Amino acid sequence: MKATFKIWRTHQGTTDGTFQTFHTEVSEGMVVLDAVHRIQAEEAPDLAVRWNCKAGKCGSCSAEINGKPRLMCMTRLSQVNLDEPVTVEPMRTFPPIKDLVTDVSWNFRVKKQIRKFKVKEKEADGTWRVKQRDIDRVQEFRKCIECFLCQDVCHVLRDHNKHEEFIGPRFLVYAANLEMNPLDTDDRVPDLKDQHGIGYCNITKCCTKVCPEHIHITDNAIIPLKERVVDRFYDPITRMFRIFK
Amino acid sequence: MATYATYNYDVLVIGAGGAGLRAAIEAANAGVSVGLICKSLLGKAHTVMAEGGMAAAMANNDDRDSWRVHFADTMRGGQYVNNWRMAELHAKEAPDRVRELEGWGAVFDRTPDGRINQRNFGGHRYPRLAHVGDRTGLELIRTLQDHAVYLGMTVHMEHTVIELILDNGRAAGCLAYDRERGRFHVFAAKAIVLATGGVGRAYKITSNSWEGTGDGHALAFRAGAELMDMEFIQFHPTGMVWPPSVRGILVTEGVRGEGGVLKNSEGRRFMFDDIPDNYKPQTASDPEEGWRYTQGDKSARRPPELLTRDHVARCINREVKAGRGSPHGGVFLDIAWIKEKIKDSETHIKRKLPSMYHQFKELADLDITREPMEIGPTTHYIMGGIRVDADTQESSIPGLFAAGECASGINGANRLGGNSLSDLIVFGKRAGEFASEFATKHGQARVDDGAVERAVKVSLEPFERGEAGENPYKVQADLQETMQALVGIVRQESEMRDAFERIQQLKSRAARVGVVGHREYHAGWHTCLDLRNLLTVAECITLSAIERKESRGGHFREDYPDKVAEFSTFNIVSRQGAGDSVQISHVPIPPIPDYLKEVIEEQKS
Repeated sequence: MKATFKIWRTHQGTTDGTFQTFHTEVSEGMVVLDAVHRIQAEEAPDLAVRWNCKAGKCGSCSAEINGKPRLMCMTRLSQVNLDEPVTVEPMRTFPPIKDLVTDVSWNFRVKKQIRKFKVKEKEADGTWRVKQRDIDRVQEFRKCIECFLCQDVCHVLRDHNKHEEFIGPRFLVYAANLEMNPLDTDDRVPDLKDQHGIGYCNITKCCTKVCPEHIHITDNAIIPLKERVVDRFYDPITRMFRIFK
Repeated sequence: MATYATYNYDVLVIGAGGAGLRAAIEAANAGVSVGLICKSLLGKAHTVMAEGGMAAAMANNDDRDSWRVHFADTMRGGQYVNNWRMAELHAKEAPDRVRELEGWGAVFDRTPDGRINQRNFGGHRYPRLAHVGDRTGLELIRTLQDHAVYLGMTVHMEHTVIELILDNGRAAGCLAYDRERGRFHVFAAKAIVLATGGVGRAYKITSNSWEGTGDGHALAFRAGAELMDMEFIQFHPTGMVWPPSVRGILVTEGVRGEGGVLKNSEGRRFMFDDIPDNYKPQTASDPEEGWRYTQGDKSARRPPELLTRDHVARCINREVKAGRGSPHGGVFLDIAWIKEKIKDSETHIKRKLPSMYHQFKELADLDITREPMEIGPTTHYIMGGIRVDADTQESSIPGLFAAGECASGINGANRLGGNSLSDLIVFGKRAGEFASEFATKHGQARVDDGAVERAVKVSLEPFERGEAGENPYKVQADLQETMQALVGIVRQESEMRDAFERIQQLKSRAARVGVVGHREYHAGWHTCLDLRNLLTVAECITLSAIERKESRGGHFREDYPDKVAEFSTFNIVSRQGAGDSVQISHVPIPPIPDYLKEVIEEQKS
């Protein structure tokens, strides 16, 4: 059986592009990345696509499939309508490099701005004792594979280009993982308010919907962090206490 | 000469998986300047795919564990052709390396008393694998990555090294290209650490990501270093087999560690039918005892599903060949059955094996809490690699170090599950430490312009041939077919001779590959360059496998099905011969010191 794919191709030396149409053979169990690879091997060897593990574990092959942010390796062809052409295009929130590949280096720069993990002293026996129930939530955040689909879909970044003022859902999750780690001793609440722009998020939950790891980004990470900011800086009673301390 | 971007570092680390990152951290902490080159984006290396855990005798779950037991388990698993000094260092240092990760932010699963939880795994006598559900590799790489980026090293992402450059026999630097623009970059360094991972992409069915093209192996080989134990490849017993596009993707051994069982089409637990003598005293006598073991009963012995990977893979292969396989050419791995034993097994399985649940649900439409999985062997890991000094990880080329999968020694003929992640951090640290020491003691070597120009010229040839050249993907696919069919899990001389002939033909085809277009992010061109490396490792694997006329660990010969004592006294080494050939030789294994011999004896019962 053949299916039609419309794949975004950038024009040599520019950041513009157009869709190129390919008809390629598909079979049972294939994912979108398989189809892209077949096209690459048979028709367009210079087609640029970033991928790595092809098992949904590394978060490299993020793209927009029929307009939806998805991992190409985890999108089965049986989940998309093959009667219509399938469109595959790069994440639109990041600058294009070539075809399906975008420049995601901004994310790596942002991460460095977050205060790093600072561990507390060990117990007398030389270990750190932690209850499993106290790290369940942190472990949820640590499932993140850094595919940056949440950054791609976030309208603060995508539509309003607040890359300089807002770290985006991925790094709010990262900050939450550090803040809620029982072994961490640093404090990121002032930075979240002043440097990381947590106030820009108006909890539309778009990020949560696209997360391939099903992390409850908004409910479990962003809202609790917002509450910490509010408690610290805007709660009238706490503010009174601070004035008289 | 054309001008290229050039960089100077005290220590240059090539590869940013667990071993490379750990080496870079150690070097940065030693106060030298560090450059880190990775083929992918930072944090995407194949380490992320490791699932089960990292082995370290911390004795949190069973206080009978110690470095002695871990050492003996590793040697037994490796069939005693391991580098015993590496096995010793690994067993002794792994616990500290794991605890150090916790101090850097790793969040391991906990025991009821709040310590790092450890799980059972094949070939390990006691529960020994520190883990995070079934995504331990992700935890490892993310922890190292997030720690490393604050240490002031320079990371060159999506750069691939084309050639190492020596100066008077000493490592001096390398030539690389960046994927984004296809530009060439020259790196000069006082010491170089190779941490490039494995070679799985030489085979058709593999659990390895695209990066596993044997770059470090081949770079070192072409520079004149020795590769050792290349015949020893681990075929992991449980890879996915259906649907075809996911064939080979790993199914963690943790499934069996949590009580999963292997069955053939007749519903028989065939692993009870074939238990090697040297493992009999440690293996359960019936399914009930095996189940108790997986649930932490210290008086029980492990089920035969948790025998070493080489053995389990061959048993599966035998069942399939005998016509007792599953519909798509594998056997059944069943974890759903534990509903007979555990209330609310569905929640239990999802909590213990979240990413396996996810993987089968999304890729195969199968709910592992209700149905058995279909699985079969997949090319997973190469025990062989660059021959290094046990303590320093330095290769036979001064200033060139290697750690992790691209190095050899610790695993012998077969690696135990969980020993890889711990290998990365133990020997990654050592490589970083001794590379920075080397860099401190030695001045800058000279990167020869002529060598750079020659390497540039060779790498651009595919563009000169253009459309008239061969399709590189076709050559790569033919190589993968050849290795899969002729140098796979069960081997024999005539087939391997055939493979050798085919590799020679593939080499001449690889010299004729062509691509059109521009150099920016050009996957076809990258495949042309990868091919050279894949062919080099394929040839070393094939010739070493022909040379070892016995069966041991991951290397099984149908024409020599037994272990032969004589072959336990040496390792097989490949090095570059005249022209384009591979020269094979034997290097004797140094005698094991008495104190380690005693450890092995005391652990035999």
